[in-house]
Amino acid sequence: MIKNISNLGDAAVYCDFGSEVNEKINLNVINYFNSLSKLVEERKINGINNITPSYNKLIISFDLSVTNYTEIKKIILNLNVNKDFTNNYKKIKIPICCDDEFGLDFDRLSNKTKLSKEEILELYLNKEYFCYMTGFIAGMPFLGDINKDIRCDRLETPRVKVPKGSVGITEQFSNIYTFESPGGWNVIGNTPKKVFDQLNLEEPVLIKPGNKVSFYQISKEEYLNWNE
Amino acid sequence: MSNTYFEILRPGINTTIQDNGRNHMYHLGISVSGAIDQRNYKLSNKLVNNDLNEAVIEFAYQGPLLKLKNGKINFSITGDVLFKIIRQNSKIEDGVCYKNYILEDEDQIDITSTKKTVYGYLSVNGGFELEKVWNSYSTNTKANIGSNNGKKYSIEDKIFIKNSNLQISKETKINYNDLSDNIIRVIKGTNFNYFSNEAQNIFFKKEFSVTKLADRMGIRLSGHNLENIVNTNIKSEGLVRGTIQVPADGNPIIMLSDHGTIGGYPKIAVVISADLDRVGQLTPGSTVNFKEVSLEEAQNIFKAYTDDTNKYLNECN
Repeated sequence: MIKNISNLGDAAVYCDFGSEVNEKINLNVINYFNSLSKLVEERKINGINNITPSYNKLIISFDLSVTNYTEIKKIILNLNVNKDFTNNYKKIKIPICCDDEFGLDFDRLSNKTKLSKEEILELYLNKEYFCYMTGFIAGMPFLGDINKDIRCDRLETPRVKVPKGSVGITEQFSNIYTFESPGGWNVIGNTPKKVFDQLNLEEPVLIKPGNKVSFYQISKEEYLNWNE
Repeated sequence: MSNTYFEILRPGINTTIQDNGRNHMYHLGISVSGAIDQRNYKLSNKLVNNDLNEAVIEFAYQGPLLKLKNGKINFSITGDVLFKIIRQNSKIEDGVCYKNYILEDEDQIDITSTKKTVYGYLSVNGGFELEKVWNSYSTNTKANIGSNNGKKYSIEDKIFIKNSNLQISKETKINYNDLSDNIIRVIKGTNFNYFSNEAQNIFFKKEFSVTKLADRMGIRLSGHNLENIVNTNIKSEGLVRGTIQVPADGNPIIMLSDHGTIGGYPKIAVVISADLDRVGQLTPGSTVNFKEVSLEEAQNIFKAYTDDTNKYLNECN
């Protein structure tokens, strides 16, 4: 449940669900997000501009010329939270090529974890991940939790350009760079799959908060011939 | 479809289409975009008798050089902008902001530069021939969404203009009184207590400089390193326009319309809604002071800001 509600500036409500990062807390955030989004879609509340779920926070920004902090807070306190959103259980499989030209940081990872590339990949690919949130850049999923034995800090010096499609890991999380972007996560491979597609107006984002994601390895030939 | 268009003879530094922004997309990682200076954006539309939410051209620093093809239009420019109108007979007129002009076929608009601000706006009566993407015309160059395939304009691009009846023969103008100073009002952020007493004092008492690292995503400040005594990272969470984050190096960053949707740096403060236009217009090399206000004060200041905007809008009626 929400532990504390406060204002973030004069045009946003900040809902704090706690400080830990785990699936249970995050699902709670996502359920609030989905329930509130439904009311916005059905035009039952006015003035809400954006609702941003993250690991353990929910931020609701609104138009100060239409509503205010007190009104939105009241809506959240009285929200009937539905816990059964089918989208939460969507499962997605992502192809990944881990050849050396794509898996940029295996040397570093092996050094830190004392595991070989093959061992790291086995532990990584053998798990289904939970999408905690999507964002920072369009469509980037934050997935977790990866096996304890392959966890590693960010690069000491972040890359200026991480190639589009790169799959990265750091701490207990994994992500996919949907655009070429600066970044400091350890890159273990690259996916040819469109994780964000701005031309797909109905469904631009493949992986949404609450979805389950698993990865399977493909060869470079399959990578190059990938066709969606 | 209309055959009237602007041919871009010089694109300028960062010329894009903007409007009031693209909402309901933060959860997918897509930021709000939209005109950085919302008041000037609305005023430029009003001056040419447009709906206030019509798409406009936003430019930064050096603006575009545009040539009108196949038509006659009515346009206006708002902001603190130096521009010229080059008539087809080579006669050059100095442009005045907050006023509407008739532009004849083959005439050019040369937007030399903004003066003490960063952004200016160009509206044409009837608006541009564009399609909304997710309910907004705004160009989001980070995710390549919106008008011009999500890219800033380049040389030789064409911007098509909707057919308008050009009913405006009446000259409209606004006596815009820019009383801006360098005081930006803020509400304490959710991590204000992550900072030492000294840092909290410095934040509200000392002047910060705007660095060259300033664009539509955000503005990096320098001058005083704000000491964090709790943790220089937080678990990544949502951001809103105007959030002031402080990364490990202690230099504050103010989030603007194209900001990343989530971030992991502590939030020391949030700029109040009424001051977002002004904060976005801060130029590199200028200075800024932060002043704390309460939520209630911020709401009252916003009412005054809205009244002021409406007063300007009413001058065109």
